[in-house]
Amino acid sequence: MTAQPASTQTAATVPATREQEARRRRGGPRLRKDRGGPTNWPATLLLVLASLSVLVPLYFTLAMAFKTPEQAVQGTGFTWPWPMNWASFADAWTLTDFPRSFTISLLIAVGTVVGTLILSSMASYAIARNWDRKLFRWSYFYLLAAMFIPFPVVALPQVKLTAMLGIDGPVGVTVLHVMFQMSFSVLLYSAFLRSIPEEIEESARVDGASTWQVFWRIIFPLLAPMNATVGIFAFLASWNDFMMPSLITSDPTEQTLPVVQNIFQLAFATNYNIAFASYLMAMLPTIVVYVLAQRWIMEGVTRGAIK
Amino acid sequence: MTTDTATSPGTRATDPGAEAPRHRSRVPRTYYLMLLPALALFTFFITLPALAGALFSLTNYVGFGDWEFVGINNYRVMFTDPKILSAYVFTIGFSVVTVIVVNVLAMLLALGLNAKIRLKTALRGVFFVPMVISGIVIAYVFNYLFSTSLPSIVQSLGVGGPLSQSILANEDLAWLSIVIVTAWQSIPMALIIYLAGLQAIPDEVYEAAALDGATPGKQFWAITLPLMAGYVVINTVLGVKNFLNAYDIIVGLTNGGPGTSTMSVAMSIFTGFNSGDYAYQMANAVIFFLVTVIVSVLQLLLIRRRGVQL
Repeated sequence: MTAQPASTQTAATVPATREQEARRRRGGPRLRKDRGGPTNWPATLLLVLASLSVLVPLYFTLAMAFKTPEQAVQGTGFTWPWPMNWASFADAWTLTDFPRSFTISLLIAVGTVVGTLILSSMASYAIARNWDRKLFRWSYFYLLAAMFIPFPVVALPQVKLTAMLGIDGPVGVTVLHVMFQMSFSVLLYSAFLRSIPEEIEESARVDGASTWQVFWRIIFPLLAPMNATVGIFAFLASWNDFMMPSLITSDPTEQTLPVVQNIFQLAFATNYNIAFASYLMAMLPTIVVYVLAQRWIMEGVTRGAIK
Repeated sequence: MTTDTATSPGTRATDPGAEAPRHRSRVPRTYYLMLLPALALFTFFITLPALAGALFSLTNYVGFGDWEFVGINNYRVMFTDPKILSAYVFTIGFSVVTVIVVNVLAMLLALGLNAKIRLKTALRGVFFVPMVISGIVIAYVFNYLFSTSLPSIVQSLGVGGPLSQSILANEDLAWLSIVIVTAWQSIPMALIIYLAGLQAIPDEVYEAAALDGATPGKQFWAITLPLMAGYVVINTVLGVKNFLNAYDIIVGLTNGGPGTSTMSVAMSIFTGFNSGDYAYQMANAVIFFLVTVIVSVLQLLLIRRRGVQL
């Protein structure tokens, strides 16, 4: 399910074909990580310099957040403030109603993850185990077709629809987030389910377990790695989204954390220290989780990236 | 929902690896129930609005009140509307430039991170951080950097030129800021895919090339790039699909300005909410959908030619 076929195909044009053949005969590739040799210092140096492109904007956010209003409008903004001013965080906390917008963001993201995991895994299982039936096969392509329907295309009618149903708030955003995660998640699950041999289910069925029990007791736990991948993608997409909540949610007090940041573009445009304190508070939750669970998240994302 | 006899047991016997239920005779009602919620919700929340939108694109609906069918009038007007046309030119141009920038930089970073370097784990960790940050928030941060910090640095160096003013207010350069921030946020995902690809290339290939006297540059063009072709295609497809929908980062940087020079198609569609252009912008959305499909199909054909299995 990776791009491996491309590699082997194009390899034929590369002078190293004989070597590849030899390797295949010897069995198993030797990965690059056991390569010896001296440290590549120029590459290390260049990468450290390149990493500044990520670190500098983050440092800048931090430096601005700890400034007083007077310091915040002086110079380039890169100087570190001393003594540090912590007051901006309290102002940002109340201006964005942080506990409220944070909770709403979290509920939407968690709801999206749960909804995506349950709906997509069930549907993918039904499809994978009935691939020779037209209805299921067509359902697969039907769900996948949504890849071609980005949110802007259906945004206007969806705003109408959610308003009509009275879910033009966090509930509607959650439902739509689940819908837009569906294609990608079904794609990932289906690929993974094909690699689970049916024999595993066999003994449970012989013991009289229903399809429902087989799915929840045997298959769903086996899907754990894909659940992690699908969950991480769903969480990040939902948590960081601005476009959909800003359009769907009609009550400003029910807005998500990224959307409430726009008050600093409108009403409090000159309080840069408060704005940056608020940006920092909006970024920090995912950065902290990422730092703590970095290995796990990277594994999950990589699994999704190469399928 | 009795047994589906369309596929006879005979054909199944010749295909032992098929993913089909073993108990052909049993009614797999649970399977239907498992599929139903996804299909029903999907149809109700995506297919239905899409069809309603397509229908309204043929009317003069302003978002409320009465309406009547006006045929393809909206479409006809659209194709001569300079605002809409410039949104398409900007969005497609921006997507092409950004996809090139993202892929070149991600490939360079992947090559670097795959080399024998120090601080590998830490550097990897840093380069992936943008992936977890909200686009709108980082766009607000860059907004200040572009509009205030950069000009004041350039001014203090005593250099004139366009960079001594905010590039966000510069009609010719504002789009560059959007490319930069979009690339900043999109590189991690492309980087992950390239790293996975590079690690799948066996060492012997390079050893053999080195024995034949190939320089590192030659090795890249003759070995790495051809072997990575599939991954380049995947990154291009994923990238273009995302960049065509550009919205969050533009809102945070220029909000479409100055004038309408950085107005994306998504932004122009959303103006349908408050300008009484509901039906008109629905026509825009239908065209945008067709553009997305055409671009995606072209890319999928490219993938097939490359022999990549998605």
